[in-house]
Amino acid sequence: MAEELRLPIAADVDVVEARQQGRALAAVAGFSSGEQTVIAAAISEIARNILMYAKKGEIFLSLATNGDRHGVVVVAKDQGPGIPDIERAMQYGYSTSHGVGAGLPGAKRLMDEFNVDSVVGQGTTITMKKWRRMV
Amino acid sequence: MEVPILRQGQYLIASIQSALTDADLSHLREALIAQVGRSRCRGVIVDVTALDVMDSFAVRTLRDIAHMARLRGAETVIVGIQPDVAFAMVQLGLTLKGVATVLDLEEGLAFLNRRGEERLLETKPKRRDDRG
Amino acid sequence: MDTKKSTSVSTRSSDPGAVAESAAGLLRELVAHLRQNRTQLREEWARRITRAELLTAMTEEEIFAEATAVYDNYIEALETGSFEALQAYSRRLSERIIPRGVETDEVVGIVLLLRDVLARSLFAKYQEDFGKLNRILDSYEPAANRIANTVAVGFVEERERIIRQQQEAIRELSTPVLQVRERLLILPIIGVIDPQRARQLTEQLLRAIRANRAKVVVIDVTGVAAMDSGVANHLVQTVEASRLLGATVIVTGLSPEIAQTLVTIGVDLSEMATVGDLQGGIEEAERLLADRAIPAPTRETSSENQR
Repeated sequence: MAEELRLPIAADVDVVEARQQGRALAAVAGFSSGEQTVIAAAISEIARNILMYAKKGEIFLSLATNGDRHGVVVVAKDQGPGIPDIERAMQYGYSTSHGVGAGLPGAKRLMDEFNVDSVVGQGTTITMKKWRRMV
Repeated sequence: MEVPILRQGQYLIASIQSALTDADLSHLREALIAQVGRSRCRGVIVDVTALDVMDSFAVRTLRDIAHMARLRGAETVIVGIQPDVAFAMVQLGLTLKGVATVLDLEEGLAFLNRRGEERLLETKPKRRDDRG
Repeated sequence: MDTKKSTSVSTRSSDPGAVAESAAGLLRELVAHLRQNRTQLREEWARRITRAELLTAMTEEEIFAEATAVYDNYIEALETGSFEALQAYSRRLSERIIPRGVETDEVVGIVLLLRDVLARSLFAKYQEDFGKLNRILDSYEPAANRIANTVAVGFVEERERIIRQQQEAIRELSTPVLQVRERLLILPIIGVIDPQRARQLTEQLLRAIRANRAKVVVIDVTGVAAMDSGVANHLVQTVEASRLLGATVIVTGLSPEIAQTLVTIGVDLSEMATVGDLQGGIEEAERLLADRAIPAPTRETSSENQR
């Protein structure tokens, strides 16, 4: 039943499109304005990462349900160079990191779930989720 | 999409109208640097009221603009960061440290005017009884 | 004009003929009568209240206790002609009975019943002398009506005050940010703050900064018992986000424990403007506002200026 929105990432207009679509989906899921901004920012970071290091890739947006919680799922896939040392990449702060994986630590901070699968020479898949707090 | 840059006295005001691509931001940076270099510009205001997301690239670009402007004798102030955007920024770990940020255009102009006065006082010749 | 000689006021009651004609004298006679028959009139009144099914929220003992107090205040008001004491009593009484669920119509009802009980007793006492009865009633009625009015209005005013208070409390719960004067906001944080509430407070504060165009915010954490690193991080983020909106934040009420938590998570306390207590923080804030020289965040000296 999960409908998925597939967004190609090949140019920087695509980064803008991805985060706007992400915001729209978050709104549909009932996230607050502040949370929508957070999700859009995380998508922006991940999308830019694809562009900078893999040159092109895809972002999939979908809604999910976990028990009585509703949320947004973002999957970013590319066939780029891959991330050699994921752990180290995740540790770096913004001031130091301009290399591959620069956007990852920030995006992880913003989202509730964050998973990186990467093989050097083959590509990277990032799955991140944010769940809505049921008031 | 090009960002309009207005001139108001000795200040430049760039109003970002909508979501910009990274390329647009880079162009804005180049355009502002060029104009600051060309004219006797004392201050730059970048109005980001319409920006719905401020990510690492945007922050880097704004910092670059402020740095370049300062090298050319102009002060930069960012105005209009939205509450949601500010909150997302700090969660991302982006703080825009070292760049002046105020609430809106009115505050931005007041800030630049004050800075202008301060710099004037700094350059005034000191009276003999003030300093040693 | 009656030429009968007057006898002393205190023994008036059993001598219907010998009475001073002045209104004041009549009133004194009336009061004496009511005092003398206090016990039975009060009981009659309490019986009538129960029969009319008023004050059902209270027990009979309670009704009798309050009835006693009301009766005495009633008499005193009649006697002195001063209604301030009655007003004050009425307010205090309302404060007690409103939380018990007593309604306005009940309060008006019981006061009117007392008025009736006392009037009936006057009828009974002066039934032989219709003219005298009329004169006594001339004295009694205005005072009695004023008493009923005073008690009822006192009750209603107290109800309105309580409702306003409750509305204020609800408002405070939803908007904890207080604007004390132009461009100065205070956010007192009290109790245990979980991450969700912390997030809520930050969002509310940032919106308030924008709406009020605040230049200085005082965040008071005196009421926070303990703070884990997550919430401490949140405080730091709030300070930084406020700065992005052009507002300077002063944190007050940092206990040594919380200061330690902040240091542990790597906060440079010399970068955060702190003042010991809320009062000091507000004074510092007003100083900053008066200067109109909120330092530019670019300056290294900014945090020093804020001390």
